[in-house]
Amino acid sequence: MPLFWTFLIVLAIAALAFVLGRRGAVARTAGDSRQLHSLPSYYGWYSFILAAVPALVVMIMWIFVQPIVVEMRTVSALDLPEAVSTADQNAAMRQVRTVAMAVQDALASGAMTKDQLAAFATDPAPMGQALRDAGSSMLVTVTPTLYNAVDVYLGTSNMLAWIMTVVIIGLSLAGVFVAISRCRPDFRARNAVEKVTMSILVMASVIAIFTTVAIVVSMVFETTNFFSQHSWIDFFFGTTWSPAFQGQSQLGLLPLLWGTLYISFIALLVAVPVGLFTAIYLSEYATRRMRSIVKPLIEILAGIPTIVYGLFALITVGPLLRDYFAQPLGLGTSGSSVMTAGLVMGIMLIPFVSSLSDDIINAVPQSMRDASLGLGATPSETIRQVIVPAALPGIVGAILLAASRAIGETMIVVLGAGAAAQIGLNPFEAMTTITVKIVSQLTGDTDFNSPETLVAFALGLTLFVITLGLNIVALYIVRTYREQYE
Amino acid sequence: MNDMRIVERLVSTNEIKIAARDVNVHYGSSHALKGVDVDILNGHVTAFIGPSGCGKSTFLRCLNRMNDTIPSAKVTGSILLDDEDIYDPKVDPVRLRAKVGMVFQKPNPFPKSIYDNVAYGPKIHGLTRSRAELDEVVETSLKKAALWNEVKDRLHAPGTGLSGGQQQRLCIARAVATSPEVLLMDEPCSALDPIATAQVEELIDELRTQFAVVIVTHSMQQAARVSQKTAFFHMGNLVEFGETGQIFTNPHDPRTESYISGKIG
Ligand SMILES: Nc1ncnc2c1ncn2[C@@H]1O[C@H](COP(=O)(O)OP(=O)(O)O)[C@@H](O)[C@H]1O
Ligand SMILES: [Mg+2]
Repeated sequence: MPLFWTFLIVLAIAALAFVLGRRGAVARTAGDSRQLHSLPSYYGWYSFILAAVPALVVMIMWIFVQPIVVEMRTVSALDLPEAVSTADQNAAMRQVRTVAMAVQDALASGAMTKDQLAAFATDPAPMGQALRDAGSSMLVTVTPTLYNAVDVYLGTSNMLAWIMTVVIIGLSLAGVFVAISRCRPDFRARNAVEKVTMSILVMASVIAIFTTVAIVVSMVFETTNFFSQHSWIDFFFGTTWSPAFQGQSQLGLLPLLWGTLYISFIALLVAVPVGLFTAIYLSEYATRRMRSIVKPLIEILAGIPTIVYGLFALITVGPLLRDYFAQPLGLGTSGSSVMTAGLVMGIMLIPFVSSLSDDIINAVPQSMRDASLGLGATPSETIRQVIVPAALPGIVGAILLAASRAIGETMIVVLGAGAAAQIGLNPFEAMTTITVKIVSQLTGDTDFNSPETLVAFALGLTLFVITLGLNIVALYIVRTYREQYE
Repeated sequence: MNDMRIVERLVSTNEIKIAARDVNVHYGSSHALKGVDVDILNGHVTAFIGPSGCGKSTFLRCLNRMNDTIPSAKVTGSILLDDEDIYDPKVDPVRLRAKVGMVFQKPNPFPKSIYDNVAYGPKIHGLTRSRAELDEVVETSLKKAALWNEVKDRLHAPGTGLSGGQQQRLCIARAVATSPEVLLMDEPCSALDPIATAQVEELIDELRTQFAVVIVTHSMQQAARVSQKTAFFHMGNLVEFGETGQIFTNPHDPRTESYISGKIG
């Protein structure tokens, strides 16, 4: 029985449990629900939870454990030599899965019957052709061992799936009975539901934290792997980035770090004044009507995918800068440049800076404005001397958050600044960033275990540390600022 | 009203500082203030009383054109400050507000040091020529607000770190520092405890010797304690305006009478 149906059945049982639990509790008070400890629906929800949650939790665990069990049994059926390498074992398992999938498809579409399949047991050789005739595109030749393994694979999967269905529905029903027997009038259903709600919330945050930790751990693992193959001195202090896939690569971080910081700096040079002034205009000067038009328009900017900004950089801004500034001034002939990527990234960040700053400026209490205006200050004096200083920590936080976005940006740089790793001051020259090199080191057919590929993880971890640092500082500042008015 | 003690103090002058005639205020389509005539005298404390929503704050904000900062507010009528119409196009509301200071209901010190709070007005209006002069203005203003002794050792600590009553006195000092001629106070004690209230009330009585003071209050006892003139507002109308003693002991209008005896909330 497909998983989906099992899931629906559990939900149906739980819905039934809701009705039964609720009715049962009310019935035990002879219809006077005021005698219940909690509102009747809490008894319903309690029963619902007891019927659904344990069953679904077991189901999820089962989904994770079942493939492991199936694989173990299949591997032993494959009769592989004692000293088989992981790679060979994986290849053999892949074959089993391919054939098993083809068999399942053929059975499902009716192109092959169970009897036909069983008939291949004595001579599996023509089975590959039969499956291809049934519409499969697999090219494996089925040997007796393979046939045997596929048989074990399919048999175990099937059996475990049935056991799972029975266990889960059984658990769900058991939940209903337990719930109904507990739903007496003095049972504190409300508190029980509260506890379950809390544990669901805790679980959600645990998942978030766990994923973060897992990502960091895997990055750290691959990074140590990289540093065992490549000198860390070259990585952190090398000024040349030239991966050579025959070995002898120079993988210096500095040119990439320089490009990242240079482009982000130009982006902030654009985004901070424009975004901040926009926010000040919107929150202090604009009429309500103006605000209701301008704000959504700016927020459209935030909805544009970065690849579109990248195209804009490549096709419009790059050539424009080259033809009107770089070439006439003799500063360069490249359409891809730090300036191009920086400007376009700055435009991308404007709504980010402006909407964060707008929130922060609006959080400055009206009484501050009244006080300043009441003393005879003009609106712009009020902004400069009271509102911006009061909002400054928050604004700095917003800028740091924008900076960490700029540092992590990839598409605009690929299309706007090119891929040449170099250190230089001329903003009309092509440069590149950490993110771009991560992409280029991981794409393409390369040995995954070479330093040229693994460097991507070291770069990623470096980036992560930089943006994490920025975010921590930013959040710290924003938080200190918030306390000021509470 | 047994505890109400009517203060009869000697009032030295009787010159009119502000003369308001037929002042009307509309917020959009709602008529919040209807044809109000009031004279504010030098050397007096004038109290505005009345049930909440009757237009006291609205009228107070007319006197320093703070209503200009509310887009929907429209003010008509004439308000003369020293015989000059403050709504005349020639008058710069920014200069006017330096002359007519304001203290708000909730203490609202800037998130700056005590010193910078008080120095804010003088700096903006360029009232002092040197740092020493500014120091002096800060000191005298804090003294006038009866706060100097409490803060003189921590002038550079943040103003927001003071207690509620101290903050309100700091706001008074800040308003006083621009040397205003009129001081408007909108329920200045409503966020304060009784002791801080008593301090501020005492202060108001002292300030009256230097400025014309207008105070909005919801407490009739307070009006009786600190003011010489009282105006009673009701639903946007000025119902009665006269000597505080007369308003509280012998009101002419039945609405004033019922408000004072607690029948109109
Ligand atoms: N900014 C405003 N916009 C619209 N209506 C307002 C505004 N301020 C006050 N009002 C209205 O004007 C009337 C008088 O308000 P207000 O002067 O604040 O009363 P009071 O200070 O006497 O309690 C009230 O009905 C109030 O709803
Ligand atoms: Mg008011």
